[in-house]
Amino acid sequence: MSAMDSNNTHPEHDVQILPGVHQHEHAHAHAHAHAHAHAHDHDDEHEHHDTFITKYIFTQDHKMIAKQFLMTAIFMAVIAMLMSIVFRLQLAWPGKSFPILEPILGKWAPGGVLNPDFYLALVTIHGTIMVFFVLTGGLSGTFSNLLIPLQIGARDMASGFLNMLSFWFFAASSVIMLFSVTIESGPASGGWTIYPPLSALEQAMPGSGLGMTLWLISMTLFIVSSLLGSLNYIVTIINLRTKGMSMTRLPLTIWAFLVTAILGVLSFPVLFAAALLLIFDRSFGTSFYLSDIYIGGQALEHNGGSPILYEHLFWFLGHPEVYIVLLPALGITSEVIATNARKPIFGYRAMIASILGIAFLSFIVWGHHMFITGMNPFLGSVFVFTTLLIAIPSAVKAFNYITTLWKGNIQFTPGMLFAIGLVSFFITGGVTGLILGDSALDINLHDTYFVVAHFHLVMGSAAIFGMFAGVYHWFPKMFGRVMNKKLGFAHFWLTFAGAYGVFFPMHFLGLAGVPRRYYSNTEFPIFNDLVDINVLVTWFAILAAVSQIIFLFNFFFSVFRGQKSSQNPWKSNTLEWTTPVEHIHGNWPGEIPEVHRWAYDYSKPDREEDFVLQTTPLTEKEIAEGAH
Amino acid sequence: MTFLILAVIVLFVLAGIRVMSIAALSAELRNNRKDDIITDAENRNQGNLWVVFLIAFFGFCAWQLYAYGDKILPEAASAHGPAIDNLFYTTLALITVVFILTHIVLVFQAYKHAGKTGKRATYFAHSNKLELIWTVIPAVVLTGLIAYGLTVWNDVIYPGDKQATVIELYSKQFDWTARYAGKDNTLGRSDFRTIGEGNDLGLIEDSKSDDDIIVKGEFHLVKGEPVQFKFRSRDVIHSAYMPHFRAQMNCVPGMETMFEFTPTITTAEMREKLNNPEFNYVLLCNKICGAAHYNMQMDIIVESKEDNLKWLAEQKTWAQTKAAATQTAATNQESTATATLDK
Ligand code: HEM
Ligand SMILES: [Cu+2]
Ligand SMILES: [Cu+2]
Repeated sequence: MSAMDSNNTHPEHDVQILPGVHQHEHAHAHAHAHAHAHAHDHDDEHEHHDTFITKYIFTQDHKMIAKQFLMTAIFMAVIAMLMSIVFRLQLAWPGKSFPILEPILGKWAPGGVLNPDFYLALVTIHGTIMVFFVLTGGLSGTFSNLLIPLQIGARDMASGFLNMLSFWFFAASSVIMLFSVTIESGPASGGWTIYPPLSALEQAMPGSGLGMTLWLISMTLFIVSSLLGSLNYIVTIINLRTKGMSMTRLPLTIWAFLVTAILGVLSFPVLFAAALLLIFDRSFGTSFYLSDIYIGGQALEHNGGSPILYEHLFWFLGHPEVYIVLLPALGITSEVIATNARKPIFGYRAMIASILGIAFLSFIVWGHHMFITGMNPFLGSVFVFTTLLIAIPSAVKAFNYITTLWKGNIQFTPGMLFAIGLVSFFITGGVTGLILGDSALDINLHDTYFVVAHFHLVMGSAAIFGMFAGVYHWFPKMFGRVMNKKLGFAHFWLTFAGAYGVFFPMHFLGLAGVPRRYYSNTEFPIFNDLVDINVLVTWFAILAAVSQIIFLFNFFFSVFRGQKSSQNPWKSNTLEWTTPVEHIHGNWPGEIPEVHRWAYDYSKPDREEDFVLQTTPLTEKEIAEGAH
Repeated sequence: MTFLILAVIVLFVLAGIRVMSIAALSAELRNNRKDDIITDAENRNQGNLWVVFLIAFFGFCAWQLYAYGDKILPEAASAHGPAIDNLFYTTLALITVVFILTHIVLVFQAYKHAGKTGKRATYFAHSNKLELIWTVIPAVVLTGLIAYGLTVWNDVIYPGDKQATVIELYSKQFDWTARYAGKDNTLGRSDFRTIGEGNDLGLIEDSKSDDDIIVKGEFHLVKGEPVQFKFRSRDVIHSAYMPHFRAQMNCVPGMETMFEFTPTITTAEMREKLNNPEFNYVLLCNKICGAAHYNMQMDIIVESKEDNLKWLAEQKTWAQTKAAATQTAATNQESTATATLDK
């Protein structure tokens, strides 16, 4: 902590720059790091400083914390994915018995047929895990932690201790969320948006009892984790950049993580407020969200509240949240695409401007989730306006990615494939935003499968692909090894086909009027013609899920046995590739390198190599040309 | 916490077992020292695969459109419906063009510029002109779209001042009730505290409610006559969704919401058009409300004015229902009394 106020912009004084560690440990780690530079083979020496506990569990090292987030996120993602397969089976073959379900789900699948209450529980927990635990905690937690210190030239996060707390709050909230699935009355089941009164009243559904309480506790811990993480990221990026690393030399990853963290700090407290008021209504008899309710044969005392208030509070977080999910993925994509196209990212400043534009606009569009709640129609018009405006910076980003590929020398690493896949999803899912953002069209499409298709493509698939791109690309940085590329190719194409196969057809369901969160569509003869879409979708979902086995295998195999990586396997410009392959505390064995140029000098004319490390001083000629 | 750690460990162990079982493969992989570098042949292959993907993807989209195109957006049966559909198809045309063009350009880059040793990328970092073009063009197109969209929105939300028939749609877990305002076209007042046996909607003694007509299972509308729906909920949020009429509005406990539209096609006409004598318009619930959310429905019949009057005449008014209830109660009491006397 002491280092936060000390002068960190001068790497010469780098003893001060080991933040969050005790002063004597500073010197110690520093000396140790120096030793590294001299001798090479002293892993055992390394080991006896760190016990297993401080190295793998209560670690304050950002690289290890990043791995902890990643492992947790992968675990949670597998669970959430398996849940989606279970409810997809029900949607494709409603009422059919799948004997395998009974031993797993017990009373929730009597005779192998999923129970309607538990269907909603699965959908809710699936959505919650995917959005918060995988794509917020997992994505930011992994890559902000790994890359911020490494790419800005810092020895660690501003506060290693808060960083450690951030992970353990995340771990605790994950455990509680998973535990809630196993309780007698079932987990929260009111959808990931948990609108009251449904979520407030135990009489309304079994999941609104203890399950909902656990959901709220888990999310509270999650919010704490997210805030600790975000504050740390912001402080680190602002204060701990190495000499020469001006804001306009930062890689776009860091810009994206910075803006994401700011969004999180501004919006999660609002979700916390919403959750707190909900807790009051549930447990202490207040009436923030409740009024005029008659349920379970009883008129309730609550008076004067409005569920619409909750919706406003929730979506004030909820909409920025989709960008909290998406921006880091876009940042990763910028980096991966530029590196592997061997070209500068096109329109660096426009990319920063569009990140800022998207972030700003994301705070004034929440009403597009509420067009048909009875909100004042004029207010609806304002939200239409702001919502459609977001399309402009988004379009700029998409066009800039495409232009970055133009006349490139594209290296199709698995990371690159996923990054290009993201661009495709971002376009396909993004364009339907123009439909849903138009209030007149939303009247008919709100809460239908069209929405499910839209957000799974633009936020779900795109962000997951960003995460995969990041994992493949920075795996060498995390584990000193490279993932197998052939398995990577297979994983990419199968997942890509699977994701489109699952989510594209859902547009048609939605346009035919099929509502989301329906346990089955068989009660309405008008949907009888659509049965085979559901079967098709489920087969693709199974394909996509099975393809993840390739990934999991490749991942764990490569952690232990993968090909050893060279120091800079993708011939990248950024600082993280100037650190040794073996992880050390403090990242650089000697002084922190100074930065002399931006991150995107790929294929610079007059250079022999097609990349120029950020640490390479500018030449006279470059200065004369006004290079930055 | 222990659970999580254990689970992660289990995953590790499983992976370890797999690793052992393919030790042979691993040896082979370790000899292959080029793992991180993508070869020219691989780049070429991947570049080509993108083209294959694009063809397959467009083919898939086209097939879906062919197979399900006629099932989406069933013919609009309300006066404002076609305006919404036109807006939809205009927007769809626009985004389809964008979707196709950008994908073609994207995939073409991947195909054309697949990496090769010795090749060098062009250093092209920015171009104010290009960036201006693709900021301004979307901005202009979007302005048009916003203007068009808001015009439609205003037309739908603020319909003409032709006097509309008032109907209340009342929601609860898990069914709908419709209440017609009767001769005075004014709904009687209600209070959730009076809900009880025989008074599902919580009506209160009020001269305005006496002529109200309460129906379940199905409700009837008149072709060509505007209806103003008022929505209420007694427990959780529901949403009244009538896809054929391009109408939807949430039903929120504690407040009243509204939506107005004019049906334009009778049920009989629609059955004929669809060549399906079983067809019915439906009201669905479209806001998660509990276990039976997926089956909270009511049929809607659109008919001529005459038929509608006939149907209404067959329904009991609230006053009649109450009277009948009192009578039954009285009879019951009497019979209990007799029963007691008998003893
Ligand atoms: C294996 C891949 C996936 C499949 C097959 C899948 C499928 C589905 C389906 C069918 C629903 C709607 C269920 C219903 O409304 O009844 C749903 C809901 C949802 N999914 Fe996914 N999904 C997948 C991955 C993801 C990812 C990556 C995300 C990340 C954003 C995600 C986020 C959500 C959310 C937020 C909901 C809404 C939950 C709710 O209604 O409360 N899903 N998923
Ligand atoms: Cu939104
Ligand atoms: Cu419902």
